[in-house]
Order: sequence, then C-alpha cells, then structure tokens
Amino acid sequence: MIQFSAITRIFHMGDQEIHALDHIDLEISSGEYVSIMGPSGSGKSTLLNIMGLLDKPDSGRYQLDGRDVTDLTETEQAQVRREKIGFVFQSFHLVPRLTAAENIELPLILTGISPAERKAQVEEALHAFDLSERAQHRPAELSGGQRQRVAIARATILRPTALLADEPTGNLDHRIGSEVMALLEDLHHAGTTLIVVTHDRELGSRAHRRIAMRDGQIVADEQ
Amino acid sequence: MKLRDTLQFSFKTITSYPTRSFLIILAMALGVAAVVILTALGDGARRYVVHEFSSIGTNLIIVLPGRAETAGNFPGATMGQTPRDLTLEDARWLGQLPQIRRYAPLNVGAAELAGASRLREVTVLGSTANFLPIRHMQLAQGSFLATGSEFSAQIVLGAKLAEEFFPDGNAVGQRVRLADRRFMVSGVLARQGETLGYNSDEIVIIPINHAQALFDTTSLFRILLEVRNRNDISSAKQAIRETLIQRHDGEDDTTVITQDAVLSTFDRILRALTLGVAGIAAISLAVAGVLVMNVMLVAVSQRTAEIGLLKAIGAPASDIRRLFLTEAAWLSLTGAIFGFILGHLGSLLIRLAYPQLPAWPPVWASLAGIVVALATGIIAGLLPAARAAQLDPVKALSGK
Repeated sequence: MIQFSAITRIFHMGDQEIHALDHIDLEISSGEYVSIMGPSGSGKSTLLNIMGLLDKPDSGRYQLDGRDVTDLTETEQAQVRREKIGFVFQSFHLVPRLTAAENIELPLILTGISPAERKAQVEEALHAFDLSERAQHRPAELSGGQRQRVAIARATILRPTALLADEPTGNLDHRIGSEVMALLEDLHHAGTTLIVVTHDRELGSRAHRRIAMRDGQIVADEQ
Repeated sequence: MKLRDTLQFSFKTITSYPTRSFLIILAMALGVAAVVILTALGDGARRYVVHEFSSIGTNLIIVLPGRAETAGNFPGATMGQTPRDLTLEDARWLGQLPQIRRYAPLNVGAAELAGASRLREVTVLGSTANFLPIRHMQLAQGSFLATGSEFSAQIVLGAKLAEEFFPDGNAVGQRVRLADRRFMVSGVLARQGETLGYNSDEIVIIPINHAQALFDTTSLFRILLEVRNRNDISSAKQAIRETLIQRHDGEDDTTVITQDAVLSTFDRILRALTLGVAGIAAISLAVAGVLVMNVMLVAVSQRTAEIGLLKAIGAPASDIRRLFLTEAAWLSLTGAIFGFILGHLGSLLIRLAYPQLPAWPPVWASLAGIVVALATGIIAGLLPAARAAQLDPVKALSGK
C-alpha cells in the first residue's frame, strides 16, 4: 500500500545540506507490522512524516494505495491524512482544554459527521479503549498511559488503513509502554497496517518486519 | 468542518481562556460603549437645542425693521433716508395674509415697576393677546391680555416678579404702577426659566398701545407671525416681503427671519458634531482591534502544537484559518453586544442624571458600533489566522 521510489528529503542547516532521506526505495504492504529503528538523526521520523503526508519529499515518488500522492495540494493531502492515516505521537498531542471524549471526537468533527453519530462513535471508542470512566477528564487529569490510549483512540476513530506511531512509548514507563504496544498490536491483528518508529531495540524487535536506518538510508530490512 | 462545528469549537476555545477573553471583550465593549454614549450625548445636545427652538415655535416668522446688509453701506443712507419703521398698521396687514394664523406685534423696553411698597426695574414687553400662543407660553393664574382690549390697562407678571411683589400668591386683581401709569394685574405667567438666554420669569407684558405710549414710539421692535402650516413658511416669507415692500414704497427695508432656518443650521452643526465624536470614539474600536490582533497572534504561537495536531489529523489550512477567524469574530461580537448594553445603560444614567438632556443613542450609532467592532475584529484576525493556516505541520508538532 505504501510505495516509496527514490524518496529524498534534504534539510538546510546554514550552508550545509543534510540528506535526511537519501533515495529511499521502500514498499510496505497492507496489514504489515513494521518497525523503523535507528539512532536519532538517522531520518526515521522524516520517513514517517513523509509517509503520513505531513512533509513533502524533495524528489522521488510516493504512491499510497496505488495513487500517486507526491504532488497533491495541501487540501487533498489533508483529506488523505484524514481518511487513511492515523498518527500516534511520543508526546500524545492532546488538546489540553478538551476532555478525553472531545479529543477523540476531533477527527469526526473535521470530517463533518453529525453530532448524534459522533456521540455514538466516541462512546464506542471510549469503551473499546477502556476510557469510559475518564471521558470527561482533561488530559492533565489523566495518567500517561491513559493519555496515549486517548491519542490512539483518536488516531483510529476514522478507521485508517495505516497507523503511524512515532516513539509511542517514549514518554511512558516500561510496564505502561508494553501495555500501549499490546494495544497497538491488537489493532494490527484487526487488520491495520502498523508502522512504529522507535530507538528501543526491544520494542522494535516485536515487529514482524524490522527496518534499520542510518544517515538517511535503509541499512537493514529484516522479515 | 461544518460551520456549526466551527462556531462551537471556537466558542469553546474562548471560554477555555476566560481571563484573556474577558480582557479583549472588555476592550471591545468599552469601544462600542464609547461610540454609543458619545453619540447619545451629541444627539442629546442636538435634540435639546432643537427642542428649545421648537418651544419658541417652529412655525414662527419674525420681521424686524432694517435690512441686514453685508455691503457695508446702510440702505438709503446715501439718499439721506433712514429705514422705515415697522408699524402696527404693517403688522395688521401682514396678519391678513392667508398663510398667517395669527400675529403679535412686539415692543420691548425697560421701566420701573412699583406696587405693594416695592420697586424694581423690569423688562417690559408690549404685545397683544396672540403673544401667549405664538410664544408657547403658559399662564399660572388669571388671564392674559384680553383680545381687542389693546387700550385697557392690564399687566401680566412673570412668575418670579409675581412672587417678589405678591408673596402671598394673590397677584391677580392687584394694582401696580409701571413708570407713571397704573395697571391692574390680570394674570401671572407660569414659571419657565431661561429660554435661550433670557429669563421670561422676570418680565411684564402690557398691551401694545400702552407700551408704545410708555416708550413714546410708533415703531415696533418685532412682528411675530405664526404660519398655519410648516410647509407654508417659504411662501409666507415671500408674501410678507412683498407686502412690506409695497407698503414701504418699494423699499426692501425689513428683515424676515424664519425660525426654521436657524433651527436647521443648528441641527446640521450638531449632527456634524455627533458624527465627529462618533469618529473619535471609533478610534477606541481600532485600538481594540489591534488588541484582538495581538492576542490572536499570541494564541497562534501558544497553540502551535495544537495547530500541528489538527493538521496531522486531517484539518486543511482553510479549516484552521476559519477557526481562528471565527474566534476573533466571537470575541468582537461578544464585546460589541456587551458594549451595546453598556452604552445604553450609560445613556440611561445620563438621562437620569440630566433629565433635560434627551441622551438617546441614535440607532445608526448603535448599529455602526456593532458592525465596526465585528469588522475590526475579523480584519484583526486575518493575519493571525493566515499565520496559523500556513504553519508547517512537522515544525508545529515539534513545537518549533
């Protein structure tokens, strides 16, 4: 479903050019569980951002579900993000003034779903992620694990085909981190393509396919 | 994103930052209130002046002897003539014109009033029975000069004079002496205070023939004419001029003033003044607009991560822009509504404190205040909203 051909992303630091991604060719099929590992600055986050259409490559082509999405307009990209991609971040990125339920509801509002239907879907998600008790709490009143569960609920409420997680356990202790990973893996078992960026070897090794990066290049791709 | 959701979402944002929102709303409200109150004051002053003039009578035409010339030379002076006097006969002729409902000749002078062992100098008006209705005056006691009794020795006292001379309130029927003539008090004027600078509580009114004899003159100070219909004023003015020219051997040696002209001049001046103060008050709205822009810019940088997130979960730039614009619109709209209420309360207080000043805010000012506040807020929101919409999602998410 994800097809990168010669994707290159260059950042400029002063007069120096940094090849965050250097002619990456990569193909990920639907329903895969992939981990992307590498030291910081190896380009793994940039790879994820381009996959999620948050960032544009300087050259190369990107095909998502058979459609070339490299040159989409900003609005079209937003629509693809909304429909196909779910993001999970290291720092959760919950809106602090909204309750757990309202945070989960956000993508539904953006899509323009009616309030009654939104309510039903949010209820369902809260129940599925064991957050019903916490529905009316704001992020500040939630534990780290709960916050990440809210974020995952939000990322999956529109049933995206791919779930992109950038260091999803980076701000959580080991036990909670494992629980969150188990939750993501459950979603994978249910059919979602799961792509996890991490520098944690143990977490990364849980994936069925493990990609290692260094200096903007893929140095290992193990099944 | 649906409009209703956009409105709801941005409204919720405003309620989430109560202090910040309160301060902007306050600034907007003060701006709108300033517009409303200042225009209420300006328009109140206009209504006050118009009312004062109307109390003299807007259907009034005043004829005075002599011609106001700007050329510098006095008419007739070169031929050794003085301008012709206005006489009672002139007044009677003018009173016959079809447009005229009634007329009152007027003489003014000063004389000593004596009675009840008191003595003082008073302003004496000589006129006829019609003077009372033409000048919209009221009697407190007794009767005014009777119609057709120009020669009877009646006198009408101003309220204050009646009080001074006859503190017991039994002025009517008493005998007084004005200069060397004896009069009987027929009535007392109701108290009316100052009207445009002269106090009608300290005058006496006597029949015109007595006044002319008293001041030893045959000419009139003024002729007051009341037109039947306001629309007839210009035709009446024309007819008056023609009549007088004819009666004065073709000489145009009188001045005809309509109250209407004076009134409309004041009206225009004070309307302009009201617009002026509205403009000054609008500056405070502009200041509030700058404040909205400043606060919205701060909000964009405070909420960078949130904007990044909204983009990541699929909000197009247009949605983000609309969210911030609606937020600015909410703030200014709420401010405008509170300002409207505050302004009307302020005007009410002014009316309570100064009952003679009809400080009603004009409708146009209230509407303009609200519309300008809303427009300023939205314009002020344009730049911050555009900035938010253009944020790069990757940088925004990492908080850069």
